[in-house]
Amino acid sequence: MSLLEIENVSKRYGSETLALNSVAFSVEAGEFVAIIGPSGAGKSTLLRCINRLIDVSSGDIRFDGVSVPKLRGAALRRHRTQIGMIFQHYNLVNRLSVIENVLHGRLGYKNTLQGILGLYTEYEKREAVRILETLGLSEQMYKRCDQLSGGQKQRVGIARALVQQPKMLLCDEPIASLDPSSAKVIMDTLRDINQTMGITLLVNLHQVDVALHYAERIIGINRGQVIYDGPPQALNNEQIYQIYGSEAGELILDLKERYAA
Amino acid sequence: MQPEAFFLRRRVQSAIFFAAILGLTYGSILLTQFDVIQGLQAVPRAFAWGIVNFVPDERAWTRLPRILEKLQETVLMAIASSSVASVFGLGLALLGANTTRPHPWFSLPARMLASIFRNIDVSVWALILLFSFGQSGFTGFFALFFVTLGFITRVMVETIDEVSTDSVEALRATGASYGAIISQSVIPACLPQLISWVLYMIETNIRSATLVGILTGTGIGFLFDLYFKNFNYGAASLVVLATVVAVLLIEAVSNAIRRTIL
Ligand SMILES: Nc1ncnc2c1ncn2[C@@H]1O[C@H](COP(=O)(O)OP(=O)(O)OP(=O)(O)O)[C@@H](O)[C@H]1O
Ligand SMILES: [Mg+2]
Repeated sequence: MSLLEIENVSKRYGSETLALNSVAFSVEAGEFVAIIGPSGAGKSTLLRCINRLIDVSSGDIRFDGVSVPKLRGAALRRHRTQIGMIFQHYNLVNRLSVIENVLHGRLGYKNTLQGILGLYTEYEKREAVRILETLGLSEQMYKRCDQLSGGQKQRVGIARALVQQPKMLLCDEPIASLDPSSAKVIMDTLRDINQTMGITLLVNLHQVDVALHYAERIIGINRGQVIYDGPPQALNNEQIYQIYGSEAGELILDLKERYAA
Repeated sequence: MQPEAFFLRRRVQSAIFFAAILGLTYGSILLTQFDVIQGLQAVPRAFAWGIVNFVPDERAWTRLPRILEKLQETVLMAIASSSVASVFGLGLALLGANTTRPHPWFSLPARMLASIFRNIDVSVWALILLFSFGQSGFTGFFALFFVTLGFITRVMVETIDEVSTDSVEALRATGASYGAIISQSVIPACLPQLISWVLYMIETNIRSATLVGILTGTGIGFLFDLYFKNFNYGAASLVVLATVVAVLLIEAVSNAIRRTIL
């Protein structure tokens, strides 16, 4: 049984936009999958259907054998604890300290009262500290998040996801707001998490070269449909044209050749 | 469109605007038969009279303890109604904001309630509430309460959507419960703005409370009314002075608080 099975998932916004059109694929535990596609293709929508920040219109998603679209209340919360999410804009509470933001990752395991009061156990706090240390943020631990650089903020976002002890991470354009060197740090960190901790990664990326470099599998989406699903090596020019449309395809092929050289 | 045509249209628009203002002013003077010239001539006389009678005399100062007692009553009433209303206002804002509403249906009623409360002036609320509570402290308290409730709800709905949409999404994704999301991310993110607006409402409400007091016969407003109608101008002006000092003090304190939290 695969960790994640997506079967004929469609998502309609209003009556016009078909953001996802019969999407189907499955992901094995431990895979590093990059999802590429032009703006508006439906990449963010797809990730948010998996942890049910968005409800699907039809089709089924099974995570670890559990059907996600039907989950409600406590079961839905338990489902979400197993999946960490990382965002383009980090989505931290900027006025709070780094460690407080990281501990937010434990809120899914709390009952209502513990959650409202923010009561964390000693073990949870030690875990948060340990994860921050491995991500190189021990100096920043008690700083407010608005004093951090973009790359540091994203590492806090990753720490918040890891403290959940997730089986899978959903990363929605994790490096789109970063300079090239911070972007590399983040992508290396993600690869490290995938390889040493065995956490499954689903990463939306705008940069095809980065996707080809890091991922072991590429899923190309255009207008809500999966155009390509396979290893980076097998992705040919025609398929890149199909994913991105002809003009953007030209540009991306340039990049791909440079990467190959 | 040519630039000339554009600027010509602009000039015509301004001309029409000023003509309309002039027309309105002249029309209302005619209708009310208010003699502008005479009114303006009265200003220096009013000033002279005011200065002569404004300085509190010996007798007025003996009333200071009573004035301070009433002033304290008014200030505390304003603070109490502002803070209680702010708590309810924050609750209503959480129901109304797109980010935190428990269901899309909550939004419109919450926002409508807020704008009804806010758009009715304090004095009008006081008049309405006079019917239910008569001339008592409750009338003033609830008049200030309703206006503050409406105001805080309105500004906080905007603040919540502005500062916490992203972090709410992140906490939802971790599996956090609604209560945890509100207390761990929305409240911390909005707190500085909330405190700042509550302080602003306290300042505003102390001023309003003085006027509402005249209407409802309570607090410092009642005292002013009493002295003024008994031609005890010295004491009445002492009331005004004390109120001004109190307002300035409160403003200084709240500015200091603002500086430290923002
Ligand atoms: N809340 C929404 N309401 C209506 N339409 C939406 C909503 N969210 C997304 N869409 C539409 O659904 C389609 C897919 O959007 P989505 O954000 O998933 O694309 P994306 O691939 O993530 O794009 P980008 O690379 O720009 O982030 C787009 O046409 C978008 O306009
Ligand atoms: Mg997106």
